[in-house]
Amino acid sequence: MSNKDTTRLKREVLVRLIRAYMNDQMEIIRELPFEMRPKNGEAPYRCCIYKERAILRQRAIAGMGLSIEKDDEMTSLNVYGRECLRRETPEEEILTVVDAACIGCEPSQVYVTDLCQGCVARSCISTCKFGAISIQNGRSVIDHEKCKKCGMCISSCPYSAIVKRTVPCENACPVGAIQKNENGHAEIDFSKCISCGACVAACPFAAVHEKSQIIDILKQIVNGKKVVAMLAPAIVGQLPVSINKIAQAFIDCGFYDVIEVAQGADITAKTEADDFKERMKKGDKMMTTSCCAAYNELVDKHIPELKPFRSETRTPMHYTAEIVKKKDPSLITVFVGPCVAKRKEGQKDEFTDFVMNFEEMGAMFVAMNIEIANCKDFEFKYEASKEGRNFSITGGVAESVNKALQESVKNLQPTGINGINVKTVRDMKNWAKKGECPDGNLVEVMVCEGGCVGGAGCLNSKKITSKKVQEYAAASKCIVDTEAKPAHK
Amino acid sequence: MEDNKKISLEICFGTACFVMGSSAFQDIEIQIPPQYRSKVEVKNSNCLGVCNDSNCLKAPFVKIDGELMPEATVEKIIKAIESKINE
Repeated sequence: MSNKDTTRLKREVLVRLIRAYMNDQMEIIRELPFEMRPKNGEAPYRCCIYKERAILRQRAIAGMGLSIEKDDEMTSLNVYGRECLRRETPEEEILTVVDAACIGCEPSQVYVTDLCQGCVARSCISTCKFGAISIQNGRSVIDHEKCKKCGMCISSCPYSAIVKRTVPCENACPVGAIQKNENGHAEIDFSKCISCGACVAACPFAAVHEKSQIIDILKQIVNGKKVVAMLAPAIVGQLPVSINKIAQAFIDCGFYDVIEVAQGADITAKTEADDFKERMKKGDKMMTTSCCAAYNELVDKHIPELKPFRSETRTPMHYTAEIVKKKDPSLITVFVGPCVAKRKEGQKDEFTDFVMNFEEMGAMFVAMNIEIANCKDFEFKYEASKEGRNFSITGGVAESVNKALQESVKNLQPTGINGINVKTVRDMKNWAKKGECPDGNLVEVMVCEGGCVGGAGCLNSKKITSKKVQEYAAASKCIVDTEAKPAHK
Repeated sequence: MEDNKKISLEICFGTACFVMGSSAFQDIEIQIPPQYRSKVEVKNSNCLGVCNDSNCLKAPFVKIDGELMPEATVEKIIKAIESKINE
């Protein structure tokens, strides 16, 4: 895990916010930056404590689920605290940029270093399609007005003398939705953004923040509502205790009930298996899965031609929330997961009320002094399947569909996209055009590499959680032995 | 420093410490430079018991030869081990 110090800061801000709210002392929020960076104290990361306070102030705004973009820097955090308490529903855009933190990063550029030998071959000049390179004083020089940053010169130089300085968020975004504006601040174009969270994970300054709904969720509990935590399969291994103890920790925080999203995953798998069977009977050559929220946004916004090949099946979160709401519509549903895009899906989903990530969950346990190792073992009312519990690992979804197909479908060939980038987006566009994928007919798409365990909101490393998720799944029953029924269309 | 006495490194995996950063110490043994590894004895703890309401914000905590280190990082731990060995 990288960015340890910045994630620590983010979490400390959350812990302080939650404490302030639970102690009914939202007015102390104003002091948060000063508490964390007191007078005459040290500034471990930036030029001075004033800069660090400015950044912490903005992190607190994001922690309260508000847009930093709308902040005029004069408004007191207390005013935002009251705004946060007043609102009924979270804001629509789910990400916000801490511009005070972002400014430390230079715009992306290709340039020639001192390693340039001014060689006779001049392969950089001949490979540049834009005529951006010339020789000045015996060395290659790039005209930045003409340069399109394609990188052809970089690979052509025999001395490796040309380098590209990248902007991590721009580089990580698979759809070109984040860019530095003229002031040098990263700006998200929400009409393009697929909420995958790649920028959140990539920024070394932790400048891209999810807008937290944690206060909104706690407000429900404080107001006496019955709140149900729906734990995504990737939760196993996020903390060094069993999922049963994590579930009990939610109850100890005042939640009414806890349910595994793997229960909904069982329904997704069985529904998707039926869908697959039908499509193959019809003569289709490919079907993609539909449980990854960022993939669904990608298709809707950037590859609409792939829509006919995407399964109509709803996500495990949706089915899980439906189970809860059908039992009692007054129950409040909170999805707890590693995923940035689920926040967006949660806003659209008719049964999901709120979304919390694992970082916020951890901060909540810390703020409420829960010692998870001492929690009792919570017993889930439904025993989810091995396949459902494995949904969060690359390959797990395709395998669950495969297992759920009781009668074997001829030539079921699972394949997948494991982590999305500019290249895999191009591949998917090609498949949509041809109506088939050369590697298989059941295409599982995981926008995060490794699956949901690689999501931006995780507490523990992908390596450790993958192992723990698989161990937990291995001890569970097969999907065909569960009582889950496929959903009707 | 005596040759055969190992430095004790106690890592706290309590809730606050884990969330605030001790998750990065789960593989501390391989992060310690190879030349020091045999001289350090790593012990995992469910809770070192130093957290209360106010100072749990100083988590993660580790103890090196019984000495408490707040806001521990891998870099700080290795530096402390180094200076113990070179004492």
